Amino acid sequence: MIAVARRAALAVLLAALLAAASARAGTPYIIVASTTSTEQSGLFGHLLPAFTKASGIAVRVVAVGTGQALKIGERGDCDVVFVHDKPSELKFVADGFGVERHEVMYNDFVLVGPAADPAKVAGGRDIVAAFRKIAAAKAPFVSRGDDSGTDKAEKRIWKAAGIDVKPVSGTWYRDTGSGMGPTLNTAAAMDGYTLSDRGTWLSFQNRRDLKIVVEGDKRLFNQYGVMLVNPARHPAVKQALGRRFIDWLVSPQGQHTIASYKINGQQLFFPNASDSS
Amino acid sequence: MSDLAQASAVALALIFRLDGDLLRIVRLSLGVSLTAVAIAGVISLPLGAALAVYGFRGRRPVIVILNALMGLPPVVVGLVVYLLLSRSGPLGMLGLLFTPAAMVVAQTVLVTPIVTVLVWRAVSGPWTAYGDALLVDGASRLRAIPELLAMSGAGLLTALLAGFGRAIAEVGAIIIVGGNIAGVTRTMTTDIALETSKGNLPLALALGIILIALSVGVSAAAFLLANWRTRP
Repeated sequence: MIAVARRAALAVLLAALLAAASARAGTPYIIVASTTSTEQSGLFGHLLPAFTKASGIAVRVVAVGTGQALKIGERGDCDVVFVHDKPSELKFVADGFGVERHEVMYNDFVLVGPAADPAKVAGGRDIVAAFRKIAAAKAPFVSRGDDSGTDKAEKRIWKAAGIDVKPVSGTWYRDTGSGMGPTLNTAAAMDGYTLSDRGTWLSFQNRRDLKIVVEGDKRLFNQYGVMLVNPARHPAVKQALGRRFIDWLVSPQGQHTIASYKINGQQLFFPNASDSS
Repeated sequence: MSDLAQASAVALALIFRLDGDLLRIVRLSLGVSLTAVAIAGVISLPLGAALAVYGFRGRRPVIVILNALMGLPPVVVGLVVYLLLSRSGPLGMLGLLFTPAAMVVAQTVLVTPIVTVLVWRAVSGPWTAYGDALLVDGASRLRAIPELLAMSGAGLLTALLAGFGRAIAEVGAIIIVGGNIAGVTRTMTTDIALETSKGNLPLALALGIILIALSVGVSAAAFLLANWRTRP
């Protein structure tokens, strides 16, 4: 019994080592820390195979919130960071963690809420006014609370509305500390409002009674940027491969591929690399 | 109930289609968890037996600590392994972060205390009963360990299966150190978390059903193997 177990264990170990070795010998790859919105909206599933086909470089995506993605980049654990919070991206570059920031594309945030609309905000275009109404009605609002790009955008809107959500957290304001999908699941289950990026919303499948209640405010603009992790700080960064990925994203071919991604005929991301200075 | 029925239908469809992505994810899940249990076994079998055989001072505190470590929170283990394997961490030059090897490391840490304690439990009975006999010919305690393990077969199997159960079911540690990268470090549990995030609940539950079936399969295979070996 022991002998068999030991032999089996050895075989498994060898198989695992072999698998690891063969994976390492395969195609060159880069690691991209990015956001849940780009991964879960299906954009990467559409975009990355096109890049790999054009370049022979595989892209391994670690999809987390923008805050965490930037942290992974700070520690040198990825080659490229592809996120959506311009102020923290600019700080990332200014602090010397990233180089060569390029704007890639944009979409927008939408306020989603229950069809019953207890705060009576549906159809409005002023997002700040809508947030004030939700607070006044004490209607359930579900927050990401995870320092992601969407979370930071939401916090900026509360600030603009002059509402401090800290003291009401746990009452009508519910901080889930989770990704966009889980937050939408929670909002759907408790008939709450939440701010979502449009990409994740369009690809999200468990909407129940949720629908878009406010959209179109220019303060809901959502810009995505890409940066190479600073190779001077982290020598292990695959700078040549990472640069090729960034160059391809902002190239006409990359931009066209982004524009061609649609769900039910609706375009999710709008390329705007040529706009950036 | 209709949710469960729908999920079962999705699960069956996935299995009968021999879905390529699913096969890869299943293979990775089994590969990572079985490797972690194998490594934990290599450490835990002698260690657990030694705990029974040697009556050293400080044995009780060691056992108390090991018992406590059985409840190690996976997310904490994931975080610590992440910091160790990060490029900015002490083992960063190995480049293991976001690879299956990193997941094996994390699961080995989680599983080893469980297997060690259960091995110790399994051999304690036989040691009380036959310990004197094993040492009677002046054999050293070290020499007694393999014989003691050999007579504790079924209990050791349970120990290893408990370790496997912990490994295959856990998501907190491997999602941090593996990164849930499609085709590279995406396992059954991280995929279930992802599909739940997407709101694709039938697919998430279907994957859950397949995962449970896999666990049953591994457990059944282990018992068949044990029976087959002990048959005269």
